[in-house]
Amino acid sequence: MNGGEKGFGIIVTFCIMFLFWLILSGFFDAFHLITGGICSAIVTLISHGLLVRGKSQKVLLKSLRLLLYVPWQLWQIVLANVDVAYRVLHPKMPIDPLVIEFETSLRGDFALVTLANSITLTPGTITIFVEPEKGKYWVHALAKEHAHAHLVDKTMQRKVAYVFMEW
Amino acid sequence: MFLVIGLLIVVTILLCLYRAVVGPGVFNRVAAVNVVGTKTVVLLVIMGYIFERPLFFDIPLLYAMLNFIGTLVFAKYLERGELCSW
Amino acid sequence: MLLVDVIVAILLTSGMFFMFVGAIGLLRLPDFYTRLHATGKCDTLGEGLIIVGLIIYHLFHYPGTPLVTVKLLFLIIFIFIANPTAIHAIVKAAYRRGLKPWKWGEGRR
Repeated sequence: MNGGEKGFGIIVTFCIMFLFWLILSGFFDAFHLITGGICSAIVTLISHGLLVRGKSQKVLLKSLRLLLYVPWQLWQIVLANVDVAYRVLHPKMPIDPLVIEFETSLRGDFALVTLANSITLTPGTITIFVEPEKGKYWVHALAKEHAHAHLVDKTMQRKVAYVFMEW
Repeated sequence: MFLVIGLLIVVTILLCLYRAVVGPGVFNRVAAVNVVGTKTVVLLVIMGYIFERPLFFDIPLLYAMLNFIGTLVFAKYLERGELCSW
Repeated sequence: MLLVDVIVAILLTSGMFFMFVGAIGLLRLPDFYTRLHATGKCDTLGEGLIIVGLIIYHLFHYPGTPLVTVKLLFLIIFIFIANPTAIHAIVKAAYRRGLKPWKWGEGRR
C-alpha cells in the first residue's frame, strides 16, 4: 500500500472512531471533545489497517445493497427460529443431523464472513469450516430440509453474491 | 413487570448451569459458559430499567465484548494447544 | 400509552419464550452440535426481541434522553455479529479435535 491509500484509511478510521465517541458520550463541551480527539487518534494509530483497506472499489454501492439485504435476513431468522423451537419442544424431537459441503463463487474476505454469519444465524445450519481459496463451506445441518435449501436452492448464496458483486 | 422478566431470566441461567456441571467433555462446558454470559447481558439491561437509571447501559455493552473475546480465546486454545506461537 | 404498553409486553414475552426454548434445548438435545444449534440461534433472537421492546419502552417513557436508544441499537448489532462468530469458533475447535456428530439411532452423549 502506498502513502495515498494509507492516508485515506487513517482518515476514515479516525472519523468513524470520533463519531462513535460523540454518539456514545452525549456531552459536547470542550473538555470532552478534546479527550475524544486524543483517544480516537491513539486508537487509529494502533489499528488503521484493519477497518479500511485502501480505496476499495464501489464501497458505497456495496454498503447500500448490504442495508437492503438485512431486512430479508431478519425475516428469514424469525421464520426459521419458530421451526427450530417446534423441533426442540416436540415430544419425539424430529432431528436428523448431517454434515454437507458445498462450493460458492465468493472470494473476498467480507463476503465470506457475511455468508458464514448468515448461515450460522439461520436456524438449521452451522458453519464448521471455510476454505478461502475455493470458497468451500462445510456446514452441519439439523434436518434434510435445511440442507436442501443450501445445496439445491442456493438462494442465500445468490443474494450474497449479488450484494458483493462476486458471481 | 420487569421484575418478573428478570426472575425468569435468572431461572433460565440456573437451568444452563446444569449443562456446565454435567456435560461430558470440555466443549459442552465452554458452550454453556458462553450462553450464561449472553443471558447476563440481557439481565443487566433489564436491571438498568428496574432501578430506573437509563445511563447504565455502557456496562452491558462492555460485558458483551468481554464475553465474546473470552470465548474466542478459549476456542483458539482448545484448537491448537497453545495460545501464541513465539 | 396503553397501546405502547401492550406492544412492549408482547415483544418481551416472545423474547422470553425464545430464551426458554434455548435453555431447554441445552438440556434436552442428545449431542454437542445439536445443542449449539438450539442455544446459539434462539438465544440471539430472543435477546434481539427483548432489547427492541426495551427501546420502544424507552422512547415513550423517557423522552429526555434519546441518545440511549442508539447505544442499545449498537448492542443489538454487536450481539447479532458476535454471537454466531463465537459459536462458529467453538464448533470449529471441536470438529478439528475429532468430536464426531451424532446420527439417528445412537445413544445420548
